[in-house]
Amino acid sequence: MILDLPRFVASARPRWTELERLLSALEAEPDAERDLAFLTRLHFLYERAAADLGKVRTFASEPELVRHLEALVARAYAEVHETRDRRSRLSLRSLAGIVLRDAPRAVRRHPGALLLATLLTVAGMAFGALALGVDPATKRVLVPFEHLSGDPAERVRLEEGGETRHADGHRAAFSSTLVTHNVRVAVLAFALGGTAGAGTAVLLFHNGVVLGAVALDYVRAGQTRFLLGWLLPHGTVEIPAFLLAGQAGLILGASLFRRSSRSPLSARLRSVLPDLVAILALVVALLAWAAIVESYLSQHHEPTLPYGLKAAFGLLEGSLLAAFLLRAGREREEP
Amino acid sequence: MSGRSLSIVTPEGITFSLPLAGPLTRFLAWLVDLAAIAALTVLSRQAVLLLGAAGEDVLRALTILLGFAVTIGYGMATEWWLRGQTLGKRLLGLRVVDASGLRLNPSQVVVRNLLRALDALPVFYAVGGAACFLSRRSQRIGDLLAGTVVIRTRHPALPDLEGLFPAEANALAAHALVSSRLKQRISPGEAAIGLSALARRDQLDADARVALFAALAERYRSLVRLPEEAVDGLSDEQLVRQVVDVLYRGAKP
Repeated sequence: MILDLPRFVASARPRWTELERLLSALEAEPDAERDLAFLTRLHFLYERAAADLGKVRTFASEPELVRHLEALVARAYAEVHETRDRRSRLSLRSLAGIVLRDAPRAVRRHPGALLLATLLTVAGMAFGALALGVDPATKRVLVPFEHLSGDPAERVRLEEGGETRHADGHRAAFSSTLVTHNVRVAVLAFALGGTAGAGTAVLLFHNGVVLGAVALDYVRAGQTRFLLGWLLPHGTVEIPAFLLAGQAGLILGASLFRRSSRSPLSARLRSVLPDLVAILALVVALLAWAAIVESYLSQHHEPTLPYGLKAAFGLLEGSLLAAFLLRAGREREEP
Repeated sequence: MSGRSLSIVTPEGITFSLPLAGPLTRFLAWLVDLAAIAALTVLSRQAVLLLGAAGEDVLRALTILLGFAVTIGYGMATEWWLRGQTLGKRLLGLRVVDASGLRLNPSQVVVRNLLRALDALPVFYAVGGAACFLSRRSQRIGDLLAGTVVIRTRHPALPDLEGLFPAEANALAAHALVSSRLKQRISPGEAAIGLSALARRDQLDADARVALFAALAERYRSLVRLPEEAVDGLSDEQLVRQVVDVLYRGAKP
């Protein structure tokens, strides 16, 4: 049987045109509320267009008509069968909701990944400290940053003597540089999760190595108070931010090879994407805060600012962050 | 590569396909986007300079932040606001869509763009390009993990079927037995070839057009013995047109 194509097209064309009109309206205003009559009509027209496509493909095989109907059915399918959140408008309120409510929930949903990120960093710290302790000559390799390569005691003398006020006059630019650099590293830590988490693990371990080596270098030089006063104000936010970025990378990596799960890979990835985005949004917010603190507070030393006060500020920040991650968004959390 | 497509079966049992974009087209779109990012960065610098009274430190900070925001946010912002298209993709007729044919979700846009950090390694999107070449759906790592594909957009218009058929009387239609045999012996696929040939006849070279319609007429003649009085004096193209008319419209004499 071959379809009487011109007659078929003439009778179906009004339906296809109406479906195109409804789809254009939906695409132009995806957030608008639609009444039941609109949705029922959309569904009816979609099903008719799908049936028409099947009919044309079976009984007529006219390629251009098939392509036209395929494009129409594809558009309608995306609208009719989408069950995820349809919100598309980005506002300050929705962003605040993601950072303040969704992100801590997402962090709590994947405690194993956060624990592993922490353990990898701690292991790196232990390795860095051990390597430097065993062979001080490795400092140049372990801490490949010019401003940290010198003698800690000499640096403290210069900083406290007011001879290295390198950030004076450009603290805003300094904090911008810090935040952009740190966000890039955090994004890399997350993206390397695509290597089944191996790249993320290496990056976290490497961060730990640098941190451990720097810490031991200052402790051995008798500059523990300076170290705490310098690192704690921004470190209590910045280091957890990197751990959270690592957590996101490890979640991504774990969903690639979680064999115990019965869900297919695409479904596993789809289910964790909103959590990853929420965690990364929080990471960016934390790194922005840490950069401001590092630029405007961490670079001030005694006698301008007592180390005890700076360390107390850092501990307060860390406590607030821990409380936030443990408690925020909990009241609306599903049991 | 260019012939790859993504087939989707709807719960209603209907299959439709989306033509996938190849790595080369995607690379060209990326070059356009690179130029757009460079232009936006320059523009943002100029815009910052207009705030001259804010002080040098603040201006430098704004320049750094805006440059960073443009670099990292361009793909996310454009793909979200332009429904899966950056400027480059729009220019090259490409679009990012969900790999299962559903609407593109904000989290997919964010993740596929952040994973550029991995795809871009070690230089010039080597990892992403290799993944794109090797992937069945031409997906880079970001696409694979975000569940997205890049397709070629198309808005095919409805073909003008009425214009294909002869306005004059169809001599074949006067022979009921011949009409029945044509409908019985010519498969839908062979009929569709005739219809497509008629629809595209103006796009063919003269020689190719003559050869194509000669082959089709020969094929139809081999399947059904056509009465001499009905086809006498008809060119091959006219004969194909009349056969297709009978097949698709059930033409009356």
